[in-house]
Amino acid sequence: MSAMTSVQRLTLAKGLNQGLRKAMEDDPKVVLMGEDVGKLGGVFRITEGLQKDFGEDRVIDTPLAESGIVGTAVGLALRGYRPVVEIQFDGFIYPAFDQIVSQVAKLHARSLGHLKLPMVIRVPFGGGIGAVEHHSESNEAYFAHTAGLRVVAVSDPADAYWMIQQAIRSDDPVMFYEPKRRYHERAEVELDEAAEAPLPLHRARVTREGTDVTLLAYGPTVKTCLQAAEAAAAEGKSLEVVDLRSLSPLDLDTITTSVKKTGRAVTVHEAATFLGMGAELAALVQRECFHHLEAPVLRVGGYNIPYPPSRFEEEFLPGLDRVLDAVDESLAY
Amino acid sequence: MTATATVRTQEGLSADKLRDAYRMMRTIREFEERLHTEFATGEIPGFVHLYAGEEASATGVCTHLDERDTIASTHRGHGHCIAKGVDVKGMMAEIYGKATGTCHGKGGSMHIADLAKGMLGANGIVGGGPPLICGTALAAKIQGTGGVSVAFFGDGASNQGTTLEAMNLASVWNLPAIFVAENNGYAESTASTWSVAADDIADRASGFGMPGVIVDGFDFFAVHEAAGEAIARARAGGGPTLIEVKFTRYFGHFEGDQQTYRADEVARAREELDCLKRFRARVTETGELSADDLDAIDAEIGQLVEESVVEAKAAPLPTEADLLTDVYINY
Ligand SMILES: Cc1ncc(C[n+]2csc(CCOP(=O)(O)OP(=O)(O)O)c2C)c(N)n1
Ligand SMILES: [Mg+2]
Repeated sequence: MSAMTSVQRLTLAKGLNQGLRKAMEDDPKVVLMGEDVGKLGGVFRITEGLQKDFGEDRVIDTPLAESGIVGTAVGLALRGYRPVVEIQFDGFIYPAFDQIVSQVAKLHARSLGHLKLPMVIRVPFGGGIGAVEHHSESNEAYFAHTAGLRVVAVSDPADAYWMIQQAIRSDDPVMFYEPKRRYHERAEVELDEAAEAPLPLHRARVTREGTDVTLLAYGPTVKTCLQAAEAAAAEGKSLEVVDLRSLSPLDLDTITTSVKKTGRAVTVHEAATFLGMGAELAALVQRECFHHLEAPVLRVGGYNIPYPPSRFEEEFLPGLDRVLDAVDESLAY
Repeated sequence: MTATATVRTQEGLSADKLRDAYRMMRTIREFEERLHTEFATGEIPGFVHLYAGEEASATGVCTHLDERDTIASTHRGHGHCIAKGVDVKGMMAEIYGKATGTCHGKGGSMHIADLAKGMLGANGIVGGGPPLICGTALAAKIQGTGGVSVAFFGDGASNQGTTLEAMNLASVWNLPAIFVAENNGYAESTASTWSVAADDIADRASGFGMPGVIVDGFDFFAVHEAAGEAIARARAGGGPTLIEVKFTRYFGHFEGDQQTYRADEVARAREELDCLKRFRARVTETGELSADDLDAIDAEIGQLVEESVVEAKAAPLPTEADLLTDVYINY
């Protein structure tokens, strides 16, 4: 089969790198910008080799100035470019928070829908790499809470490759979350759209089918949930894992179809549970699936504290045990 | 000890003061060199950014400060902490993530703070510090304490909006604030010759209506003199100053940095420009301090840092329950 040749084994990081390369080849208006993204190829090497191949006008090194960088991307987008901004680490996005919330998110509505703002802000997020405060945060809910932004999170190399291209093709601003502790995980990626059409950007995926409890996860915790499902299967429990992929808009259809089937749901993310994505999911699921629920929707997540020192991240991050405890609690209800 | 307290240099530094300054710089160097070695063993958690090579800046400035004064620091903050008097053993334990650390092991290298010492904190956010000193300086001004506040920040941070806002605020309010731009040539891999849109960071001072000076950051005496002038002016109500200190950092941006972006400029700096070597050469030439004096300090500091590592390694970790403290409420 000819399609076989288009399958490559890639890390999530390489999937992003190849996806960015493909997007740049396909559309000369795609430009990348950020601190150390050019010559260095980014601190996580996601943009490695791209400045060499596409030049300094398309892979733009910037001074250290997140607010200015994001504002510049807005201007570029208004002039027909498709800028992709790299924020070095999750916690460094806050200097740009004003530009994102007050400018990026507002222009489409302010112009009564006339202005398109095709830009992507890439955010390596979450913990698990031995880093500390400001370098391990999960701030997706701030942006999902903000009208006017699309927010997605990838969990594996194939999605990394395709979703970055879809995000870049979107005419609306997309906050693009990358689970940095999964950057080096590998999987087979079908690079040929004709061989296997990628799922649309804002659709959730049932990554593992099951019948007893639905686990709702995204980004780094998808793998945690798949491991939990594996462990639970050994005890005769059948868990379904839904990778949300899109946090705003949410693919409620896929979510509610799953929960109506299992009657139980547990949300799993690294961000603090208090006012995190799980809170919204719980509210929506209880409304949409009220008569199907066998137990309250339970939430597993980080504690409501600053990200702890790295020696304690294993205690902070929702791991197998905390997910399985919640599953048991749900089943016992 | 041959030198006496009555011997003075042209800047008016007594032998005791010179010894203190040398001890401070040596402590920072020893601390950082040791961390460089220890980090390689994998025992130190988190990210570590070393200040080696830049000692004359923190020392030249902080030797003028007292308990009325505050400083704000950066991700490369160990030198500033030591210079402002934060306990070396507490710092080492903090960097090892131990309960005996300055912040009970909950901060780590990038978040050491000691308010009792007027040390507002190392800072994981580039450009996070400068605005803070506007507040402490304003408080000092209102209360008439004569205190000054100093923000240390890098060439990279000099391009961050917060830094520029802070300089303007300080000037508008005529604050006793000193902005020390530590230009070590790079922000991670980005060269300051490219990223700073002026020949020198100090050039920006005039745009904010304050004096700007450039000093050789390898020369303790140059930093000390420039800082002394600026701090005296600030204490007397003369407002803020921007001091640009130029030098080279001896290690990578962080421990583990491959440093592909710079040719080796470090070997020459260590050989010909090093602040400790120059200090030693000068004070022994003038006879203000003897080589024995300085050797004794080296030995004393070697011992202190050795003890700090041994004690840090042996100290207990914080507990899991400690994580949930010091926040307002737990959900
Ligand atoms: C707001 C923010 N953006 C980016 C970073 C990542 N970062 C950490 S240090 C650094 C370079 C800082 O350079 P400089 O200010 O010159 O200080 P130096 O490291 O040279 O001491 C960068 C980009 C950060 N910590 N905070
Ligand atoms: Mg620098």
